[in-house]
Amino acid sequence: MPEDILVDIKKDYVLAKLREGERIDGRKFDEFRKVEVKVGVIEKAEGSALVKLGNTQVVVGIKMQPGEPFPDTPDKGIIIVNAELVPLASPTFEPGPPDETSVELARVVDRGIRESEAVDLSRLCIEVGKNVWMVFVDIHALDDDGNLLDASAIASISALMNTKIPASRFGLGEDYELPINDLPISVTSLVVGDKFLIDPSRDELSVGNSTLTVSVDRNDNIVAMQKSGDYLLSEALLEEIIEASIGAAKKLREEIIKQISKS
Amino acid sequence: MSRPDKFIVDGKRLDGRLPDQLRPIKIEVDVLKRADGSCYIEMGKNKVVAAVYGPREAFPRHIQDPSKVVVRYRYNMAPFSVEERKRPGPDRRSVEISKVSKEAFETIIMKELFPRSVVDIFVEVLQADAGSRTACINAASVALVDAGIPVKGMLTSVAVAKVDGTLVLDPMKEEDNFGDADMPFAFLIRGGKIESIALLQMDGRMTKAEIKDAIALAKKGAMEIYNLQREAIMKQFVEEEE
Repeated sequence: MPEDILVDIKKDYVLAKLREGERIDGRKFDEFRKVEVKVGVIEKAEGSALVKLGNTQVVVGIKMQPGEPFPDTPDKGIIIVNAELVPLASPTFEPGPPDETSVELARVVDRGIRESEAVDLSRLCIEVGKNVWMVFVDIHALDDDGNLLDASAIASISALMNTKIPASRFGLGEDYELPINDLPISVTSLVVGDKFLIDPSRDELSVGNSTLTVSVDRNDNIVAMQKSGDYLLSEALLEEIIEASIGAAKKLREEIIKQISKS
Repeated sequence: MSRPDKFIVDGKRLDGRLPDQLRPIKIEVDVLKRADGSCYIEMGKNKVVAAVYGPREAFPRHIQDPSKVVVRYRYNMAPFSVEERKRPGPDRRSVEISKVSKEAFETIIMKELFPRSVVDIFVEVLQADAGSRTACINAASVALVDAGIPVKGMLTSVAVAKVDGTLVLDPMKEEDNFGDADMPFAFLIRGGKIESIALLQMDGRMTKAEIKDAIALAKKGAMEIYNLQREAIMKQFVEEEE
């Protein structure tokens, strides 16, 4: 119960600030929290990344192994995104099989990567119809201070960019880098009435879970969208959010490239 | 199924439709005896049936909400509904579809009227051919009305796809599988007018301008479907009175 009262107090505070045209942490409405990307944090994984988005922390590890291709894409590699919202990351997460939130998170991250064709799956074929590389992207939430989705998307693409295909381990020649073509950015906005806040923190999410995620590729195309939460969205606000998301994605992409190239 | 060379020949799609044309739709109301409300819909080769139970007492009791009704939505595909047998039970895709569909219905049901209760919406896909989630929402929306549950308006759902650089309404299997983008919508329609967006997803590649056009095309399709939903409901209730 004390938790509920706190949530109500936070909610009132967030809404009061919003009426003054401000966010509780002083950010602009289209501004991400400070992002920190560290790649190669797990040596046993083929690729990995630890991402901090404000206080939200996610680690993603990539594992790869040869396997049978899908019958309808015999000459293409396979990418599988999975998310575990482990109880360590939040008092509200419970152990057990993935619930609808983590399934949705994994699938929206997957769509951003898949539809932007960030990983060149056609170059992951070993033997047509028999053997292709399977790329497992495993998202492990460490600390949920809001917007795990965008943090997971950043960590996933960063880890993929850090991935070396373990060919020698499977007697398939020398290891080589995973071919990456794009850097999709997922931008989640919290919708509050006729306003929206990009990259909502957990405190901001106390007003509700009405969000819209827009994934943008490097050419400003929209590659995935997901409306989540029981709210009604107007056409005008949708267009506004798309516009703002394209701008925010561009900025964040530059920052991520800068950090990865440094490390 | 292999990728067709061209999706649009002489302005017509693979099944002869124009880009802004829906597949044939058939709607039947009150098709199940035990359910409080039900509806059967065919949208092209999609065949789906929706049942609504409730408002009824919510069990297990811990899911009860003292301030409003709990809405549950279960999208389920029959194992024989697709080319290759689908393993029974929920997979990740069904879980996601159920979640976003439930949230869409939560926006239209007058939830405050039935505290501590639950409204269960069950949709079964008997045959799937692209757009099954949209067919299910359309069926569920009619079934809710048939069950007499107070709603703010109708939910009407339709998808828009992009093939060969052209936007097409209500994509069929080939367009969905091999197209460049797919964008399902559900709209709240109140007083015969589209009011807002209750469900929105997208995957593929689209520019900002294309998304704008896609919304306009979806709205046109949704109004046509809405008229059929309305007609089916009217027919049902007029018949009951006679």
